[in-house]
Amino acid sequence: MKNDWRGRQHPGFWAFVVHRLSGLLLTLFLPWHFWVLGKALNGSAALDGFLRWTDQPLVKWSELALVLLLAAHLTGGVRLLLLEFLDWREWQKALLAVATVATLAVGVAFGLYVV
Amino acid sequence: MNARLEARLWVAQRISAMALGLFVLIHLATIVYAMRGGLSAAEVLSRTRGNAPLAAFYALFVVSVSVHAPIGLRAILDEWFALRGRLVDWLLLVAGLALAAWGLRAVAAVFAG
Repeated sequence: MKNDWRGRQHPGFWAFVVHRLSGLLLTLFLPWHFWVLGKALNGSAALDGFLRWTDQPLVKWSELALVLLLAAHLTGGVRLLLLEFLDWREWQKALLAVATVATLAVGVAFGLYVV
Repeated sequence: MNARLEARLWVAQRISAMALGLFVLIHLATIVYAMRGGLSAAEVLSRTRGNAPLAAFYALFVVSVSVHAPIGLRAILDEWFALRGRLVDWLLLVAGLALAAWGLRAVAAVFAG
């Protein structure tokens, strides 16, 4: 069955795209994340060498992007669970907006305190 | 399509999602808290070394994500690339086990000692 293009004008479609792409990118990031943490096996100096590399502005902005991806996947996932497991109520229409605001709030918190 | 397998994967995806919802929330709060004013390995490891409850938390986190991510990848491979079937499922199982092993090694690196 072919997708109807009209469906792509619906915010729910874009929520689906964001959820899928964020999940894919986070999955690709994980092996690298684990590799970095594994450096601690060689002592704190090895990990420190890497942490100094992360002080570069471009890396900091990439970290913000990763945090936003994680927050978006979390809030989008909670939205999906609430839609799937609860009976339909009017307030569920607002979940997408709540998820978006919560994601941005996490990004702002990370941006203010860390970047 | 094996209906029983599909149903089990659906349940595994949702249960792991519920666990991850909690884990990711705590992880995000930890990231913002721990990274304020920069991060040093000594600072991190002083908080993690021998911290059994936090190690258990992150071990469960790794196991949950190792269940969740391959099932998500399976949907992407199926729906966007028309890649499906027994071989794909076996490869995803191996990828999930490898991710779990790789992640648990990272947990050991940060928390053991």
